[in-house]
Amino acid sequence: MELFFNPFDNLVCILLGISFTVWFTLLLVFIIVPAIFGVSFGIRRLYMKTLLKVFEWATLRIERGAKEKNHLLYKPYSNAIIAKEPTSLEEEIKEIRRSGSNKDLDSATEFELSDIFYFARRGVESIMDDEVTKRFTAEELESWNLLTRSNYNFHYISLRLTVLWGLGLLIRYGFLLPLRVTLAFTGVGLLVFLTSIVGLLPNGRMKNFLSEKVHLMCYRICVRALTAIITYHDSENKPKNGGICVANHTSPIDVIILASDGCYAMVGQIHGGLMGVIQRSMVKACPHIWFERSEVKDRHLVAKRLSDHVEDKSKLPILIFPEGTCINNTSVMMFKKGSFEIGATVYPVAIKYDPRFGDAFWNSSKFGMVNYLLRMMSSWAIVCSVWYLPPMSREEGEDAVQFANRVKAAIARQGGLVDLLWDGGLKRAKVKDTFKEEQQKLYSKMLVGTQEDRSRS
Amino acid sequence: MGSSSSISSAHLLRLYDRFESLDRDNRGCLSPDDFEALGGLAMNPIGGRIMEAFFSSGQDTVDFSSFVRILAHFRPTDRNRNKEGAQQELPSSRTRKLKFAFQLYDMDRDGKISREELLQVLRAMLGLQVTEEQLQSIAERAIQEADLDKDDAISFDEFKKSLEKTDIDTKMSVSFLK
Repeated sequence: MELFFNPFDNLVCILLGISFTVWFTLLLVFIIVPAIFGVSFGIRRLYMKTLLKVFEWATLRIERGAKEKNHLLYKPYSNAIIAKEPTSLEEEIKEIRRSGSNKDLDSATEFELSDIFYFARRGVESIMDDEVTKRFTAEELESWNLLTRSNYNFHYISLRLTVLWGLGLLIRYGFLLPLRVTLAFTGVGLLVFLTSIVGLLPNGRMKNFLSEKVHLMCYRICVRALTAIITYHDSENKPKNGGICVANHTSPIDVIILASDGCYAMVGQIHGGLMGVIQRSMVKACPHIWFERSEVKDRHLVAKRLSDHVEDKSKLPILIFPEGTCINNTSVMMFKKGSFEIGATVYPVAIKYDPRFGDAFWNSSKFGMVNYLLRMMSSWAIVCSVWYLPPMSREEGEDAVQFANRVKAAIARQGGLVDLLWDGGLKRAKVKDTFKEEQQKLYSKMLVGTQEDRSRS
Repeated sequence: MGSSSSISSAHLLRLYDRFESLDRDNRGCLSPDDFEALGGLAMNPIGGRIMEAFFSSGQDTVDFSSFVRILAHFRPTDRNRNKEGAQQELPSSRTRKLKFAFQLYDMDRDGKISREELLQVLRAMLGLQVTEEQLQSIAERAIQEADLDKDDAISFDEFKKSLEKTDIDTKMSVSFLK
C-alpha cells in the first residue's frame, strides 16, 4: 500500500511553518529583544489609549440602554453602600431622646428605652457595609471594560455591544492569552536557566553585574507576559544597598513590577514545586533571603537574618510587604512592625493599579494562584503607577509602630489610598475587645457622668 | 416586599454582593462565624443580640431572603400624606421597627421585658464602666416610668406607648446611597 501525499497536506505544512516563523520573529523583535535591553516601542501605550476609548463607548451604550428602559442602573461605588451620618454617640442619643419627650434635656440625660436605637442602627450599618470587609473584595468600576466579570448590568447590552464583547473575548483568549503564556514560560525558563549558569561563577563584581542583568531581563519578559504598562515616578529615590524597600501589597504581581525596574533581595518562605525551583536557582546568582517553614515562626531568627543582610552593603536592598496580605488597592492596612525594628533606612514605594483594564487584586479566599494568573493573563492589560518615595529613618523617641504608621501614611497619601488603622489579619481573626470597651465608656459617660453632677448639686 | 418604596433591584443586587462577600466559605448562607468576623459588629456592645435577630427561628444559618427580610426592618419608613398634607408614618412600618427594638431587649421572647432582661441589656451597653448599684437604679427608674400596669415588666404595648413621640423613622433607618 502506498501512502499518497496529498499536495494539500504539503501546502498546509508550508503555511504552518511560515506562520510559525513569522510569529516567532515578531515575538522576538517586538517583545524579547526590547526586554533584554530595557527599551520600549510604545506599542503597549497605544494599545492602552485605544482600549480606553472603546470602554467609554461601551459604558455610554449601557447607560443609554438603561435609560430607555427607565431602570435604575447598578452603579458601583467603591466608597459606600449606605449613607452613614458622622454623628457621635452622644449627639445621636440626645437627638433620639429630644424627639421623644418634652422635658428640658440638659438636666435629665438619663437612660431611655430608645437609647438602644442608636446601637441597633450602628450594628445593622456595619452588617451592610464596613470598612474592613470591603477592602477584601475587588474594587468596583464606573465604566465597563468588556469583561463579564465586572459587569452587573447584563440586560442593558445591545447587539452591537455584544458583538464587541464577543470580539474582545476572541482577542483575549485566542490571541493574547497564548501569547502571554508563551512569554511567561520563556521568562521563567530563562530565569531558572540563566541564574543557574551565573551561579557557577566565582563571587565577585562580574557575577553581581551578570546576575543583575539576568534578573532584570527575565522580569521584563514577565512584565510583557502580563502586558503590564507601568509608569515609574521619582526614580531618583530608588532603593539603595543596605536599605529596606516597603510597598503596599495587592497581588503577587507586585514583585514582578518592582523587580523589573531595580534589583532587590526577596524575602519569603521556601515553597515546593515550581516556585521552589525558581527560588533555589535565584539564590544561586545573588543572595535572597528564603526561610524554611519552621524558621518563619521564630521572629528573632527572622530579624537577625534581615539585619545581617542590611549591614552588608554589598548586598541588594530587601523587598518587603509589611501588610502581610493582599488588599484590594483602595486602602493601606496596618503594617507589621517587624521590618521597622531593624533600624535600616526604609524606602517606601506606593503601587496603585488602574482598575479600568483588569482587576489585579488577588482574593486568596476566592481564587487559587493558577486561576488568578489565568485571569490576569486574559484581562486586557495591567496598568499601574509606581511612586518611589524619599527614604525615611526611625527618628529619636519613635518606636517601631509609630515609624511604621508614618511610612504607611506617606504611602497612602502618595497612592491616593485610604489609610486604615485596621489590621489586614482582621479578615481572618476576631476583633479585640478594646474597641467594644470604648463604646461602652462613651455611653456610660453620658449616663453616669450626669448622675455624678446631680449628686454634687 | 409589596409596598410603594420596595427595595429596588439595584439595591437588592448590592445586598446580594454584600451577602456573598460576608459568606466566606461560599456556602450560600451565613453562619454566626461570618457575623463575628465583622469588626464593626464585634465592637458594638449589643452586637451579639443583633446577630441573634438573624438566627431567631432556631436555625444556625441565614439564607439570602432571611438576610434581606431582617435588614428590611431598617428601610426608611413609608410615608403617607394625610388630608392636611403633612407626612405621617405608616403605622405598620413603625410597629415593625418597634418590634425589632423590643426583641433586642426581650431575649426569651415572652412578650415582656423583665427587670432581669433590662439589667442584662444595660450591662451589655455599659460594660464594666458602672457599678452594680448604678445599674440597678437605672433599671428601676426605667421600669417605673414605662410600666403602667405595675406588673414589674414592660410589655410591648407599654414599650410602644413610652416611645410614641419618638421619631423612630430616622433613628432606626439605614438608607442606600443613590
